[in-house]
Amino acid sequence: MRHTPTEQATTPPARYPLLSVRNVQLGYTMQGQRHIAVEDVSFDVMPGEKIMLLGPSGCGKSTLLKTVAGFLTPFQGEVSLAGRRTLAPGPDRAVVFQEFDQLFPWRTVRGNLVYPQRVNGRSKEDAGRRADEYLDLMRLTPAADRYPHQLSGGMKQRVAIARALALDPMVLLMDEPFGALDAQTRSRLQDELNEVADRTRVTILFVTHSIQEAVYVGQRVVVLSRPPSTVVDVLDVSELNDPASPAFTDALMRLRSMLTEDEAELETVAFE
Amino acid sequence: MNQTQTLSRDAADVTSSAPPARRRYRRWGDLPVGPRRALIILAMLGAWQAAVAIFQVSPLLVSPPTEVGLALLEGFTSGTLAAATATTLKILLGSMLIGMVLAAAFTTLATWTKFGEDLLVLLTAMLNPLPSIAVLPLAILWFGFTTTALVVIIANAVIWPISINVSMGFRTVNPTCLAVGRNIGLSGWRLVRDVLMPAALPHTLSGLKTGWAFGWRTIIAAELVFGVAGGGGGLGYFINDARYFLRIPDVFAGLVTIMAIGIAIELAFSAVERRTVVKWGMKES
Repeated sequence: MRHTPTEQATTPPARYPLLSVRNVQLGYTMQGQRHIAVEDVSFDVMPGEKIMLLGPSGCGKSTLLKTVAGFLTPFQGEVSLAGRRTLAPGPDRAVVFQEFDQLFPWRTVRGNLVYPQRVNGRSKEDAGRRADEYLDLMRLTPAADRYPHQLSGGMKQRVAIARALALDPMVLLMDEPFGALDAQTRSRLQDELNEVADRTRVTILFVTHSIQEAVYVGQRVVVLSRPPSTVVDVLDVSELNDPASPAFTDALMRLRSMLTEDEAELETVAFE
Repeated sequence: MNQTQTLSRDAADVTSSAPPARRRYRRWGDLPVGPRRALIILAMLGAWQAAVAIFQVSPLLVSPPTEVGLALLEGFTSGTLAAATATTLKILLGSMLIGMVLAAAFTTLATWTKFGEDLLVLLTAMLNPLPSIAVLPLAILWFGFTTTALVVIIANAVIWPISINVSMGFRTVNPTCLAVGRNIGLSGWRLVRDVLMPAALPHTLSGLKTGWAFGWRTIIAAELVFGVAGGGGGLGYFINDARYFLRIPDVFAGLVTIMAIGIAIELAFSAVERRTVVKWGMKES
């Protein structure tokens, strides 16, 4: 069993959210004019939780994640991590990007894990030991001395996940990390991520446009509307781990109707 | 016999499909690249030697390879050719260093400020197409027949290709890599040193390669015009001087030396590339 409710219950009563997004308004400024992508979004992430941000393309979910990471400043509202307002990018919010070229090509797989830890003050021995640990966790040990260009896309994403985890982040931010992978690799990596998340109890904020991925990987799904986006609903899917079960299919249908209903009423009807 | 076996083992390594049993070399393409090139060079030297002997070419026009070889040997044992080579290389390296420092300053300015970028783009557009040797008369006018004049025109030849390549390298760094750098907590100089610089290395190396090639051509040309500066003449001067006194084998020896150094530097660059950007998959071999 993957994420069971009992496991959540064993963590200390999480009354205060670890990450809190409050009335965030986001967008870009072009020729002096503001274009709003995210109108007003608020949600909380509790410690140890896996929260999925799901929405139609262009709804600003990736922009929202980049804001949490500190790369962008919201027009309005605030993002706070463990009570403090976070502004600058930092390793307490390690990011796994969608792009395969996120690894440093001039470092080996192991070097890609060791170096970021060294930057953050770990000793060489410590960083090395931790790197090996996470390489093992992501089943990358045989590839430790290879260079990124010698790896497949799936391997590269696993290295990126291992690198982020080795930094011991408060929240792991994932920006459609499996979006560019083929279906088989994708579902294998979803399983591995679930396994690793259970073992490390890491808190995850995960952006996806795949409904299946949202339900399968996540515990709660924050559904965003089309831009200028707001939160349509927050769905608890923590007990839905078997894609064959009727409850899982129900959740897929519900999410699909949420995503389509503001687009075309007819499609929603056709689904139900 | 022994050699044949070595060759066939090499070939097996390359194709990795051939059985270890002995192979016959029927076609030219079956030979490994080393022997192929060595054979061509030997054939060329042979043709040269034969042509000189058969057509009774005047020794004032062309020297046969044997005499060129002797002149090379003589030039390096007596020290005249060696001294000329050392002079040329010393001036070239010094000028390249100055050019590189200035290029680094320009690139920094161009990366951090819009004004610097505009300035670099304009200066490069104007000065890069100008063969640096064309500035030599002006440099002589300003600095006289001194090493300074040489250094100025060579630094000028080197600085633009390096600046333009390096700043291009900085500006085209993969944005995801940069975002990762900031995400793991890098900023300021460390971000430049540990992310921007290695990411821009392919461009930097090709800038240095072009810069070196420009500098090398410029210094030889300048020395031909220029003659002796300070202590002694360089390779260009050596060639011109030999022509003046009709020591034709020495003219050829000078040319061969220039070629050999050019090839050696090219090889050094590819060795560096093989150990860095090619190994990292940032450049095709």
